[in-house]
Amino acid sequence: MTDSSTATAIDDLRERVNSDDWLVHRGRFVETRFLLESGTQTYLIAIHAGRIESVIKGPFVMPQWVFALRASSQTWDEFWQANPKPGFNDLMAMIKFRTMKLEGNQLPFIANLLYFKDVLASVRSSTC
Amino acid sequence: MSQAIASQQHPAPLTAGNGASFEPVTGRYLNLSLLGKAHRLYMEESGQGIPLLCLHTAGSDSRQYRALQNDEQILRNFRVIAFDLPYHGKSSPPAGWQSHEYKLTSSDYVQIVLTVCAALGLEKPVVMGCSIGGRIVLQLALEHAQRFRALIGLQSGAHVDPYYDLDWLHRPDVHGGEVCAGIVSGLIGPSAPAAERWETLWHYMQSGPGVFKGDLYFYKIDGDMRGRLGGIDTSRCPLYLLSGEYDYSCTPQDTQDLGRRISGAQVTIMEGLGHFPMSEDSQLFLRYLRPVLEQVLR
Repeated sequence: MTDSSTATAIDDLRERVNSDDWLVHRGRFVETRFLLESGTQTYLIAIHAGRIESVIKGPFVMPQWVFALRASSQTWDEFWQANPKPGFNDLMAMIKFRTMKLEGNQLPFIANLLYFKDVLASVRSSTC
Repeated sequence: MSQAIASQQHPAPLTAGNGASFEPVTGRYLNLSLLGKAHRLYMEESGQGIPLLCLHTAGSDSRQYRALQNDEQILRNFRVIAFDLPYHGKSSPPAGWQSHEYKLTSSDYVQIVLTVCAALGLEKPVVMGCSIGGRIVLQLALEHAQRFRALIGLQSGAHVDPYYDLDWLHRPDVHGGEVCAGIVSGLIGPSAPAAERWETLWHYMQSGPGVFKGDLYFYKIDGDMRGRLGGIDTSRCPLYLLSGEYDYSCTPQDTQDLGRRISGAQVTIMEGLGHFPMSEDSQLFLRYLRPVLEQVLR
């Protein structure tokens, strides 16, 4: 599998999140930039007041981010499914099973855990 | 005068009209001494017959069993009782709680269950617990099997290694209710009805500060049952283990491992369900539970 499903998901992320007023409201205190790694591909995603401000595709020479979510492209492929299999239905599930790593400053991620879970789950159906 | 007192003790049943209705569930407070301290425990019950004592998950409360307590078929044969552990739901913590860190231990949990059973005069009850409740039934099976008619463990495993820093659950710069719900939200099966999913999470959002973390002291540190399972004799008390396939805290593999190590334990893996079967998708869960309760009745 390639990074194609992640690329599709990330392409849709900004529109999906920013058009969901309630999701944006729930993230209204979120100001951060995180790195999403899918195999060899990386993305820097900046959030301002709950809205996706920018999505920049790597590779990067000196990326700066607050926290990073790193997983193989196969793992993200499973996560993006509309009906994900057990173990791939949730970010914490992937952490538990060691298929995803959370690195950096975990505070903004943990303090807004339901928000970040729904941000990434918002693009699930777009990959099918 | 005596009639007035009698009337106060046995008030007329409340009725509801205009489209409103009462459930068959009655909530009461039980004052008792637990672990050497005075406690005021909240409990709910419905139905009649064999006592079925239900134990909620870590950081939640007895409302998780609301569907079971309203199921006409089950209520015909079982007196369904659910109580809130101290610190949980409408059970207050004991006096002095403000100067201690709450930590649930195996021995305290066993004593709480046994003391409540004795206070209510329950003879050979069935005990069904989920998650931490599913863990403690293993200890009850090991140490007190003769006291119970049957034991039912939901999401039962011998041990769970911590997979995140538990300190996140109780610190002033992270909202406790939000983070507790966030931690457990993925443990619910993806096809669970939205209303039941979010009610399950609401219970977590209402948990007191540090209570979920204190329960997990038992679940992840103190209550390790590995190495003790061989002593469980299911000929003394039947043991049923039911686990949802989407639970990544107590995985189906964890429960199947129990089935291999405890001779006679009956294991069922519940498709589509997660860590809170009785609460997240109650009607699907009842389809799995009813055959177990039918066996208990025989």
